[in-house]
Amino acid sequence: MSEETKEPNPVLPESLTRPSTNRVAEPQSAASSLTPSVEQGGASADPGQPGTPAATPATTTEKPAETPKPSTPLSEAPAKPAAPAAKPAAPAAKPSPRTEGPKPLPWESELVVNLRSQYGSGIKEASTYVGQKYVVVDSAICYEVLRRMREDEQFDYCVDITAVHYPKREQPFDVVYILYSFHDNERVRVKTLITDGERLRSAVSIWPTANWLEREVFDMFGIEFDGHPDLKRILLPDGWKGHPLRKDYPILQQDKDWVQINLGIESGQ
Amino acid sequence: MNDSTRTAYLSPQTAQTRRGAGAPDLLDLDTKDQTFLDATELVLNMGPQHPSTHGVLRVILKLDGEKVLGTECVIGYLHRGVEKIAENRTYTMFNPYVDRMDYVAAVSNGLGYCEAVEKLFATEAPQRAQYIRVILTELCRIASHQVWLGTHALDIGALTPLFYCFRDREEILKIFEKYCGARLTTHAFRIGGCIYEAYDGFEQDCKNFCDAFLPKSDEYEELLTTNRIWVGRTKGIGILKPEDCIALGVTGPVLRASGVKWDLRKAQPYESYKAFDFEIPTGVNGDTYDRYLVRIQEMRQSVRIIRQAVDGLPSGPIVAKIPKVLKPPVGEVYHSIEAPKGELGYFIVSDGSTQPYRVRVRPPSFVNLQALDKMVRGMLVADVVAVIGTLDIVLGEVDR
Repeated sequence: MSEETKEPNPVLPESLTRPSTNRVAEPQSAASSLTPSVEQGGASADPGQPGTPAATPATTTEKPAETPKPSTPLSEAPAKPAAPAAKPAAPAAKPSPRTEGPKPLPWESELVVNLRSQYGSGIKEASTYVGQKYVVVDSAICYEVLRRMREDEQFDYCVDITAVHYPKREQPFDVVYILYSFHDNERVRVKTLITDGERLRSAVSIWPTANWLEREVFDMFGIEFDGHPDLKRILLPDGWKGHPLRKDYPILQQDKDWVQINLGIESGQ
Repeated sequence: MNDSTRTAYLSPQTAQTRRGAGAPDLLDLDTKDQTFLDATELVLNMGPQHPSTHGVLRVILKLDGEKVLGTECVIGYLHRGVEKIAENRTYTMFNPYVDRMDYVAAVSNGLGYCEAVEKLFATEAPQRAQYIRVILTELCRIASHQVWLGTHALDIGALTPLFYCFRDREEILKIFEKYCGARLTTHAFRIGGCIYEAYDGFEQDCKNFCDAFLPKSDEYEELLTTNRIWVGRTKGIGILKPEDCIALGVTGPVLRASGVKWDLRKAQPYESYKAFDFEIPTGVNGDTYDRYLVRIQEMRQSVRIIRQAVDGLPSGPIVAKIPKVLKPPVGEVYHSIEAPKGELGYFIVSDGSTQPYRVRVRPPSFVNLQALDKMVRGMLVADVVAVIGTLDIVLGEVDR
């Protein structure tokens, strides 16, 4: 299995591997490197390789004046604006929404003050993003915070529990609890970061609805929950290998293996 | 149901002794009898190939005689990995896939997804597009409820509502077909608005449908509301108290039938729902009968909304100014709408590339199905069929 997880990338067609390598970057670093990636983003409307943008103007536009192409990286900088200029207006329009993208704003409210006063540095972040509130908490106090949200803050409806995988990060998993309060008509996301193999305490005792939701997170990401009454796969068959929504899950390899084992032939993929 | 039918499976002597002994009331299913038939617990497999499971739901029933002691749902037979597919598609390419989740309410699925991505862009569809969206989504809600009513009644043994409902649903599908060319998986909306302008006669078609539908909905009620068999099979069956609904995360008509007046169209209005005047029908007892009444009322409320939207349909553009190649800024949003089945949410994480980093769908059917066990414990096997019907699940959405 571990072999498989390392293997897949060469197997995948280029069109699949390329974006996924881009997207492996964690959001914080992606946000900080936003400005450089904007310039790159203009060029990467076509594939991000430097080779391809150079190739397109050569075929479409006038004389290939870009003979300085094989020169130093320094002279590549002037060459780069030339490439987008040859393209339609789409790349020009694109950077604007990205640079103007909304930023998370600090979220101040009684709830946050209460949480901060009780848990101190366990509350790592409290922000709003496009008007949506979220709290990032330490995984050790996650259960406590959730229980408090349910009992003291009247977040009586657990909308959803899900996870996001960032394989390059030290703590590769975000576990996201989406909560709603009927009383205040308010929605808050509680997010916690965990390492691979770290176990969270199950929220089933707080909201019974967490039962299936946590099972799905386990099924898709392999995150285990302590104290869950019946933690087993829910959507996939019991004997399934791997957890498909992890970023390193090899879809094509899995398909090939299946064809090989069950049909005894080489996969056409 | 009288004693003679209940004891038909017993030999005449046994039945005679039982009745003669007079001790155990045969309708009291808690009593342990000495016959081999109901002396032990029976584990019965129902589905996945069973017409009353509305697709491929498998329910393992633990029975004592006909009484249900517990259930376990086995799902995933229709799992297509929609969330994984999303990670390898661009935002635009993924749009048609969402129609395949709740395929009887494809328009609602598309609306939720488009709105969630628009939220990432911090943009909104133009007014005219919003009105068109509202009209189509409400038509879709009626169509979805009609499929529910037809099949639910069929499960319970009433054949006629199925024909009536599908006959009337046809008119809605015709409007969809004229609008976007597709009847079931419509892909009617695009990120940023609509791609198709309302066709000539769209308003008139909608008005005609509304005028024709209200008497039809009365027909449905004539068939069922006071029907003795219907009432007997649905009243007091599968009761969910409001606090149970909330604890189990149940939403939509099931929640409202328990008396919780909560509808996302009112609680957190999206699109132009603020502009329309409509009621949230609620029930009292939270049983199967109330859920039936609530959904019938909801169809009528949808007609009200459609009429207002058609009358007030503004002119103007139908697509917002968004780039051709969609690259939302880095961030994550959760957006949910009131789908015919309940709260349908999309949690989308963008890393600034053309493809979503993660799309999580919060399917109402999946979460509502979890309440099945609570609802059928202590009921009869036949009630399981009624309760599965009343939950209005679509397995395409449960399994994704």
